[in-house]
Amino acid sequence: MSENEMNSEQPIVSLKDVHKSFGDLEVLKGISFDVKKGEVICIIGPSGSGKSTLIRCINALNDINSGSIKVHGREVHDPKLDKLELRKKVGMVFQQFNLFPHKTALENVMMAPVLVLKQNKEEVRKRAEDLIRKVRLQGKEDSYPGELSGGQQQRVAIARSLAMNPDVMLFDEVTSALDPETVKEVLVTIKELAQEGMTCILVTHEMGFAKEVADHIYFTDNGVIVEHGPPSTFFTESSDPRTREFLSQIL
Amino acid sequence: MLGSFSQFFLDLYESNPKWNFIYFYDPKQADRVLEGLWTTLELSVVCVIFSVVIGVAGAWLQTLPNRLVRMVVQGYIQFFRNTPPLIQLMFFYFALGQFTPTYSPDGWLEIPIISNVGWAIISLSFFAGAFNVEIFRAGIEAIPESTKEASESLGFSRLQTYRYIVLPLAFRVSLPALNNNLVNLVKTTTQALVIAVPELLYQMVSIYNDYSTSMNACMLLLFVVYIVLVGILVFGMQRWERAMNIPGYGS
Ligand SMILES: Nc1ncnc2c1ncn2[C@@H]1O[C@H](COP(=O)(O)OP(=O)(O)OP(=O)(O)O)[C@@H](O)[C@H]1O
Ligand SMILES: [Mg+2]
Repeated sequence: MSENEMNSEQPIVSLKDVHKSFGDLEVLKGISFDVKKGEVICIIGPSGSGKSTLIRCINALNDINSGSIKVHGREVHDPKLDKLELRKKVGMVFQQFNLFPHKTALENVMMAPVLVLKQNKEEVRKRAEDLIRKVRLQGKEDSYPGELSGGQQQRVAIARSLAMNPDVMLFDEVTSALDPETVKEVLVTIKELAQEGMTCILVTHEMGFAKEVADHIYFTDNGVIVEHGPPSTFFTESSDPRTREFLSQIL
Repeated sequence: MLGSFSQFFLDLYESNPKWNFIYFYDPKQADRVLEGLWTTLELSVVCVIFSVVIGVAGAWLQTLPNRLVRMVVQGYIQFFRNTPPLIQLMFFYFALGQFTPTYSPDGWLEIPIISNVGWAIISLSFFAGAFNVEIFRAGIEAIPESTKEASESLGFSRLQTYRYIVLPLAFRVSLPALNNNLVNLVKTTTQALVIAVPELLYQMVSIYNDYSTSMNACMLLLFVVYIVLVGILVFGMQRWERAMNIPGYGS
């Protein structure tokens, strides 16, 4: 086996027995999973089960109490880790978009590559314009976030993350704050990304979407992974009563 | 010979002894008005600038982890916000003034290195500055944690997040409150009268003490000048607010 093939088998993101507490409240009680390059995984589960916490731990927005999270084989919660290096590799999209309201759509996309990666502004501009086109927002380059619909803002947020050329994208319920009509346009954008081979970790309540794009689905409840499997079997053959109850409520 | 303008007010005074616009026909009194006006302008502009600088610096100090620093800033705010500015002026000039070193240009006179105008600037700047610290701090706190997290997850350093995201937004949030406080400051400069700063109120009081028939005319001038002066300030601040306005953000 060549070295290349071996590397492609190595997971991009690897969690082992991750524990996380807020004060006395233990939110993650031993979470483990691997995500390989190009894989799309969906995390589903009831509100408060720790999905956001889990995803935020992966790019070190939250710290962990014990266990290990590795991105490209490097421990995320090593105090010596250069957070900038981590954030170059891991993009994140939030439920509330969190665009910079005083910057236009194009500026939102350009800011990090120019300020953080110190790339040439004109080159970044070209790339940012391409990304805006990719998320189908041509013509909206000079609009401010406040002038865009929720779905449009979320697509700018996706483009903003992609501008850093990440290896993994994290999506935390990115359609939950949207009107039903605009949910689809955001899901289409994410689906295209997934099809292009972007490694994605998604927290979502959109079961139809999860079924369609996910390679693997994880169901979390109460800080543990209750059940997981590929969508072909997950929705039909899951056996745990908690999973069944959750699926019956949401489907 | 007097010009027709001056003659008009001289005639007015003769027919209506309560309306002695003495500063319109007596060049000596006109000079006093101009000197007062100039001092008021100088005091206002310098105090506005210093108080804003104090506000920005104090708000920044309050974000530091050092508890002692924050307590000192809190103490400063409490002192200047909860005591009357008139007493502050008197305290600075009469109490602290006794301890300031003096110099002697001719080996005979003893002149304190801080004049009464100097003390008025210090006292009034710290007075308005205390409010400005609170105003800017409120602006900084109004920026949602999630916006800062978005910039953090794009790889911005803490300082970059502050410089490019938090401060530009916080400043816009602060402008209306800052506007009010600066209006208050300009009006409060009249209290420098008690330490004999030759600003407009001081000059007008001196004039009508010398010529009691001019009291109505002096009062009228004071009102007109302050309406115009504060009007210009408010107009400028509102223009600035509009220039900084972001489409679709706030309001
Ligand atoms: N910063 C925090 N401090 C204290 N408790 C927190 C914090 N963040 C989350 N929690 C708690 O941790 C638990 C898990 O929260 P989390 O946001 O991860 O859930 P979730 O699965 O994403 O829920 P939802 O589907 O509603 O988004 C909740 O009980 C929440 O109250
Ligand atoms: Mg959540």
